[in-house]
Amino acid sequence: MIKVEGLTKSFGRQTVLRNLTLEVATGTITIIIGRSGGGKSVFLKHLIGLLRPDAGRITVDGVEITGLHGRALDEVRRTYGVVFQSGALFDSMSCWDNVAFPLREKVRTPPDELTKRVEAALGQVGLEGVGAKYPAEISGGMRKRVAIARALVTEPEIIFFDEPTTGLDPVLVNTIHHLILGLHRRFRFTAVVVSHEIPEIFEIADTVAMLHEGRIVEIGPPAAIQASANPVVQRFIKGEPDNNS
Amino acid sequence: MPDRPLAPALRPFDAVGGRTIAVVDSLGRFGTFFAEALVALVTPPFKLRAFIDRINFIGYRSLLIIFLTGAFTGMVLGLQIYLTLVRFGSEAFLGPAVALSLIRELGPVLAALMVTGRAGSALTAELGIMRITEQIDALTVMALNPMRYLVAPSILAGLITFPLMTAMFDVVGIFGGYLVGVKLLGLSTGTYFGEMQTFVDLGDIMVGFWKSVSFGVIVTWVCTYKGFNVGHGAEGVARATTQAVVLSSVLILVWDYFLGSILQ
Repeated sequence: MIKVEGLTKSFGRQTVLRNLTLEVATGTITIIIGRSGGGKSVFLKHLIGLLRPDAGRITVDGVEITGLHGRALDEVRRTYGVVFQSGALFDSMSCWDNVAFPLREKVRTPPDELTKRVEAALGQVGLEGVGAKYPAEISGGMRKRVAIARALVTEPEIIFFDEPTTGLDPVLVNTIHHLILGLHRRFRFTAVVVSHEIPEIFEIADTVAMLHEGRIVEIGPPAAIQASANPVVQRFIKGEPDNNS
Repeated sequence: MPDRPLAPALRPFDAVGGRTIAVVDSLGRFGTFFAEALVALVTPPFKLRAFIDRINFIGYRSLLIIFLTGAFTGMVLGLQIYLTLVRFGSEAFLGPAVALSLIRELGPVLAALMVTGRAGSALTAELGIMRITEQIDALTVMALNPMRYLVAPSILAGLITFPLMTAMFDVVGIFGGYLVGVKLLGLSTGTYFGEMQTFVDLGDIMVGFWKSVSFGVIVTWVCTYKGFNVGHGAEGVARATTQAVVLSSVLILVWDYFLGSILQ
């Protein structure tokens, strides 16, 4: 379980997260929705230990990560997979080597098993045969899928997705969402997905949390979020501008 | 607690104080970065493949520019020193004058400046792009230390390739001086090389060696630091690359003076 309590973060005079509290149950898909610039990616960077909060704490399976550094933090990160917004594939390596990289460097997998696992991971995201290509030679949707394969290949317990469908066409958005759902059913990892693909993302979510002005203003199953009486949530779901925007 | 506006008379002090803190903070981060790279350099696992790649990137691919600049520097030195010495009838000292200028001073400095322009700028741009496309963050969240994969191999490669490239620059430069002094201006080969053996000793070579070793560390340290701490977008990468080349070049010349004073 991931437990976030009272998370607060400011950059200069701008407060991005305000006393944010959230619980993510093990083995579920939790979607964080909210407007662009609302602090979703900053929140995710706290969860993966790239940013440190000004106040509050995050515990992952009972281990508080906000005070961890170096090897202790790396031990927690070994249970993570992360799919970045841009994919963050290593552009000097082929897609195959990108997927193989965490196995070679993080897990020290023997060559025979490594080949099997990389081929399997590429197969699971529907990319058999493209391993020899470089990230610059494939489409945006394929890059996202290679990034998902790289996150998945070490069989992590928790996978974080930072806007995995940004910039993709509606068909590809649907494909990626169902890919995440299919992989989740198969591997039962805990997924935290930052997204603003409304309403498509509701199809794959166990829990949806709406982040607004640095706080979680609503949390619950997709149906409850869609039926929420909170005007901020309703405006966001319907795509209506805020009064002050 | 909200900040209270400062009295107008205090604002210049506030600005100076803020700037001073920023400079000290920046120096601290610069030093910490180097310390982290050193720790990654001396603790296993060692990244041999990344190190060989950096040797190729910083050293091997800079050879052409080193040969070209070395040859023409030696030729210019040969010509100008000959024209000066001939006025005093001392042209026999052309060999040692060219060799000492190159080995003690021009070889390490010019080779370092050339490699900064070719490989240092590329190193900053490469790391900068990796930073803005989240590739460095990807390494971090894989629990793999980016200092070990990206910075430590570059610094070690700089430490090894800079003295080698300086040696090549010196040798090519001395033959450039030979070409002008002996083949064009008529000095005898024996005089050119014989006097060189008399006047150049191991101490002179060691001065050039220590300079090139320290330049190798300075250039790779500055360029990787700037790449790692790049701003936003393409403009941030462009600014970091310019800063890396300018700062490396200035530090090379400043450090050259101090080291030259110490290693007389």
